[in-house]
Amino acid sequence: MAAWYKTGLIASKYSVSGKGLSIVEKAVKLIPACEEDKELLSRLEAEAGTNVNLCYQCGKCSAGCPAAFAMDYPPRQVIRLLQLDMVEQALKAESIWICASCETCSARCPRGVDIASLMDTLRREALRRGQITDKKVAAFNQAFLQGVKLFGRTYEAGLLLQHNLKTMQPFKDAQYGLPMMKRGKISVLPTRIKNRDQVQKIFAKTQQLGGE
Amino acid sequence: MKLAYYPGCSLEGSGMEYGMSTERTAEVLGIELIELDDWNCCGATSGHSTDKLLSLALPARNLAIAEEAGLPMLAPCAACYSRHRVTEHTVKHDEKMRQTIAQIIDRDIQGTTETLSILDVLANHIGVDKIAEKVTRPLLGMKAVCYYGCLLVRPVEYTGFDDPEDPQTMDRVVKALGAEALDWAHKTECCGASLVTSRPEVGNRMLYEILRNAKEVGAECIVTACPLCGMNLDMRQGAVEKEFNTKFDLPVYYVTELVALAAGESRKAVGIDRHFVEAGRYLDEVAKRAEKIKAELEAKAQAKAESQKADGEKVDPEARQKKIDAMIKAFEKNPDKMAKRLIDDEERAAVLLEIISEDSKKAARLAELMVDNSEKASKAADAFVTAELKKRDK
Ligand code: SF4
Ligand code: SF4
Repeated sequence: MAAWYKTGLIASKYSVSGKGLSIVEKAVKLIPACEEDKELLSRLEAEAGTNVNLCYQCGKCSAGCPAAFAMDYPPRQVIRLLQLDMVEQALKAESIWICASCETCSARCPRGVDIASLMDTLRREALRRGQITDKKVAAFNQAFLQGVKLFGRTYEAGLLLQHNLKTMQPFKDAQYGLPMMKRGKISVLPTRIKNRDQVQKIFAKTQQLGGE
Repeated sequence: MKLAYYPGCSLEGSGMEYGMSTERTAEVLGIELIELDDWNCCGATSGHSTDKLLSLALPARNLAIAEEAGLPMLAPCAACYSRHRVTEHTVKHDEKMRQTIAQIIDRDIQGTTETLSILDVLANHIGVDKIAEKVTRPLLGMKAVCYYGCLLVRPVEYTGFDDPEDPQTMDRVVKALGAEALDWAHKTECCGASLVTSRPEVGNRMLYEILRNAKEVGAECIVTACPLCGMNLDMRQGAVEKEFNTKFDLPVYYVTELVALAAGESRKAVGIDRHFVEAGRYLDEVAKRAEKIKAELEAKAQAKAESQKADGEKVDPEARQKKIDAMIKAFEKNPDKMAKRLIDDEERAAVLLEIISEDSKKAARLAELMVDNSEKASKAADAFVTAELKKRDK
């Protein structure tokens, strides 16, 4: 006697024998995508300027990705998730925060899929929804842009401090603070541009337009 | 050559030796750099990871200022270069987006500027011949690998001045300075960028792979053209060594530091004293090697010149021709004796006799060789016989 039971996305086939209940088969149950998933995917594809259905799953992107070793879903699998309309899973993947935007995958894809741009788009979408799997990366980006907004330039010293405080690791990069200062490479005070108001306006207007 | 200059934030901070040496290099090569008025940060990776419009609008403000100045813009930092190239491309090819951007930055922008990387300027606009002309202290004996990283060569639609998989511009510049540029596999691998701060366990591994490959091919230093790559490989090399329990000791130079140094600038002027991995000692070593190699090259050149002179004295073409003529006569008169002089083996000498009696061209060739070099003549005679015997076998 065997029967299929659905647990989330994994469907398992159990069989009862003399030894008791055992799993004899496991398969990913492909729930038909709802309209919302499809819409979301085409919006993301448009923003990324690429089409995931071009991908024939050769794996060249994963092979060349220098950060794949640390990813839960290497680039090829992220694309596969999208092909299966599993956008939610892709947005939750840690991979999108580990991706270093090095563009190797996009440069090498034989089908012209712009994987790096998709990674970028997924990051931004996750951010918009507040669904951030890796808070450290997002906190770094936020601290970086905060400096730019205030001063028009990167505020490296403030960045180290602010980022570390936010991620609760105040002294992690502190080992570099003093040696950097000794070499005259980091100044305590930020460099500011004259027309900071212009940069602040850019931030305000892009926010108003809701980014893209 | 006159360029608008966009140093970018790093070149005034963590990558300041890149900034200092870029200015020295420009001066040496006669490039006039005019710093872009009141430039702002390009937003870098944090920008495009957060908001697409913002990532286009921040560089667009700089480009609009450069457009007013009417000059192409040099952006030595690879990330700045990339962000400005992407924006230029978008403004040129997407009219709707151009209008949105113009509205956000509250300035007109047409996409008429061209942002240039330092490698493009050095290798393609100035040219390696001109650079070589300026070299007064060649880096002979330096064993370097050129590290391009990601964004100088990718995506190729936005960059396009070099091959994305096996770029050569930096190699050509480094060679023009007299150094050796070794082939290696990690030319365009990623240094981990800001991952080394946010996710050091991932970033450090990426750095480790690059440093290891450099060491494996026998490099003694790394040359780069990106402040983020430079800082990661230099400042964090110690931490990577500790984590992977190894020693690399690879000084990391900016390509502009090397150009300026080779052209006679002082180490202080380009910021060699600001490195983390001690970078002066290796330059001393290279200077020593360069002296030695130069002396050797000079000695060789002199010896060659002398031997040519001696040869010139020895061989008077007229006298040689006379000797050859006499030798040809000897072949005509006493072919058997000549054949024996050339080959000891009697049977083979007999074959040679037949050959030279039938073929006067071959005889003349042997005569000429006997005048210049009797050993070569014997070898040639032997070869004639072997060929003849083979022919007969068939
Ligand atoms: S390289 Fe391109 S085609 Fe191959 S798996 Fe990756 S995205 Fe798909
Ligand atoms: S851009 Fe991201 S996903 Fe693509 S190869 Fe680089 S790190 Fe990997």
